Amino acid sequence: MSDENSRECQHSEGFLVLSRRSALLAGASVVPTAPFVRSAKAQDAVSPLALPVSAEHSLTVRTNINGGAFEINLDARTSLLDMLREHLGLAGSKKGCDHGQCGACTVHVDGRRVASCLTLAAKVEGREVTTIEGLSDGDRLHPMQQAFIDHDALQCGYCTPGQIMAAVACVHEGNATSSERIREYMSGNICRCGAYVGIVAAIQDAAERMERG
Amino acid sequence: MQPIRYIRPSTVREAIAAHASLGDGARYIAGGTTLYDLMKLNIERPTGLVDVTFIEGLETIDTSGDTLRFGANARMADVATDPIVQSQYPVLSEALSKAASQQLRNMATVGANLLQRTRCMYFRNGYGGASGGAADYPCNKRIPGSGCAAIGGLDRGQAVLGVSDACTAVSPGDWPVALVAMDARIEVAGPGGERMLPISELYPLPGETPHIEFTLEPSEIIVGIVIGKNAAGARSTYHKIRDRESFAFALASAAVALEMSGDRVNAARIALGGVATRPWRADAAEAMLIGSDLTDDLAMAAGRAAFADAVPGRSNGFKVELGARTVADAIMIAAARRPL
Ligand SMILES: Cc1cc2nc3c(=O)[nH]c(=O)nc-3n(C[C@H](O)[C@H](O)[C@H](O)COP(=O)(O)OP(=O)(O)OC[C@H]3O[C@@H](n4cnc5c(N)ncnc54)[C@H](O)[C@@H]3O)c2cc1C
Ligand code: FES
Ligand code: FES
Repeated sequence: MSDENSRECQHSEGFLVLSRRSALLAGASVVPTAPFVRSAKAQDAVSPLALPVSAEHSLTVRTNINGGAFEINLDARTSLLDMLREHLGLAGSKKGCDHGQCGACTVHVDGRRVASCLTLAAKVEGREVTTIEGLSDGDRLHPMQQAFIDHDALQCGYCTPGQIMAAVACVHEGNATSSERIREYMSGNICRCGAYVGIVAAIQDAAERMERG
Repeated sequence: MQPIRYIRPSTVREAIAAHASLGDGARYIAGGTTLYDLMKLNIERPTGLVDVTFIEGLETIDTSGDTLRFGANARMADVATDPIVQSQYPVLSEALSKAASQQLRNMATVGANLLQRTRCMYFRNGYGGASGGAADYPCNKRIPGSGCAAIGGLDRGQAVLGVSDACTAVSPGDWPVALVAMDARIEVAGPGGERMLPISELYPLPGETPHIEFTLEPSEIIVGIVIGKNAAGARSTYHKIRDRESFAFALASAAVALEMSGDRVNAARIALGGVATRPWRADAAEAMLIGSDLTDDLAMAAGRAAFADAVPGRSNGFKVELGARTVADAIMIAAARRPL
């Protein structure tokens, strides 16, 4: 690695540590749940930290997250997942692999499920993003969230936000019609605790409830 | 990952101009599921990204005339579930729906899919390795002339067809295999104008230059994919064998499309995935079927013919038998499908 590169790495690592800490702090005082996001004004979202890159390597993303409008100044390399977690304190979406292989980072963009780790943040310009924090209706859990609790569809819970976001989309796509089909269309979400039996049961249960109401 | 400039053109012309102006470090980006993934591993090191997904009108799926035409930006998930594609060209829809996961299929485009890069683990073990800057293993695709760690190394996943002394990396995609079977043509635009490229000409053999993976010229952009409608489409399948049942790359796969009258095979299109260094048309297997009455034994013989030239390494010899049986099964699955 060249000197230039190692400097750059240290710099960006320092930045990540800082912003993770500030995200955690934000989490301690204002829990980053859906109401917080909805009430957030654009300027609340702007990262207070100076970007570690020059202007030509940064960009401003205007997007809608969980119903709130945001305008965020970012390093152009930033993933949607890092934007949510590090810049907005929305730490519900998890980073399992950062390479599209585990599904823990699943969110919806314009209603479709995507892996936010492999989505450049720049790509959600003008789009609507929904994260696990935006799924419930105030204190009323989404039927899929409730079904995961009812069916004990988790152990450590790390994969759960991604599972739930993928599962909601799976139902909307019409791919939750049988346990075989659910398994196939949920195969992008890995659960290291092996809670699959509960997950499939939860999705079947929630699919019925979602169709009824 | 180094800092990047990011440009979001809204027309093909603007995209080509932006790409050309950014110079050597420029790359188009669609879903990013190959490019951004490899950027995180420091294997792809672009300095400028031209995002093609904001170009208007490049997502169109048109199945109305004599051809099927897929705009380059059509998402894998959308082409997979197009009603005409699903009912009349199962080989195309299955090649897409058996690839990756629904999240990735919602992101990835059918145009960029053609340019995905190998999953050879020595290739993916790049500059970002634990030991710091330099790559831990040589790879002629990553660093031309550095050598190939897969040859004589852990080669269970490597190719048995189309290999050279410089590279045995598998061409990983499913969709390109189905397109090769269907003789698709690629619409390409570049600084010098537009051209149509038969898909078989997009992929060179590795030979001594495995780092040259595609025949696109600098700044050329894929605009669309065109397939002539044909009767074999309805009697077709994409049969994919993996280490696990879903969400894995192929160990061996076969795209098969047949035209038959009674038991007699009039036309056959067969291509292989997971076993070769490029999407592999199996002419010898096709020739064996055409003009004969189809039986299980004939299908198996065709499968073996497809692998007659196989050159296995240390631990991937199983792919010869697995591949032959995959072809044979795919032929019988396709034959059992009745045209509408
Ligand atoms: C975990 C995982 C599992 C996967 N499993 C499978 C699988 O089972 N089967 C399978 O077939 N694939 C699989 N894939 C690969 C996936 O299908 C490809 O990464 C995807 O199709 C690439 O499309 P994209 O839009 O994301 O491309 P990008 O990453 O955006 O681009 C890929 C390449 O194409 C270039 N490019 C993009 N658009 C254009 C254009 N219009 N013209 C010219 N060049 C362009 C880019 O510069 C880049 O070099 C998997 C990927 C991941 C991450
Ligand atoms: S963190 Fe995105 S798929 Fe694993
Ligand atoms: S509950 Fe632990 S990984 Fe799924």
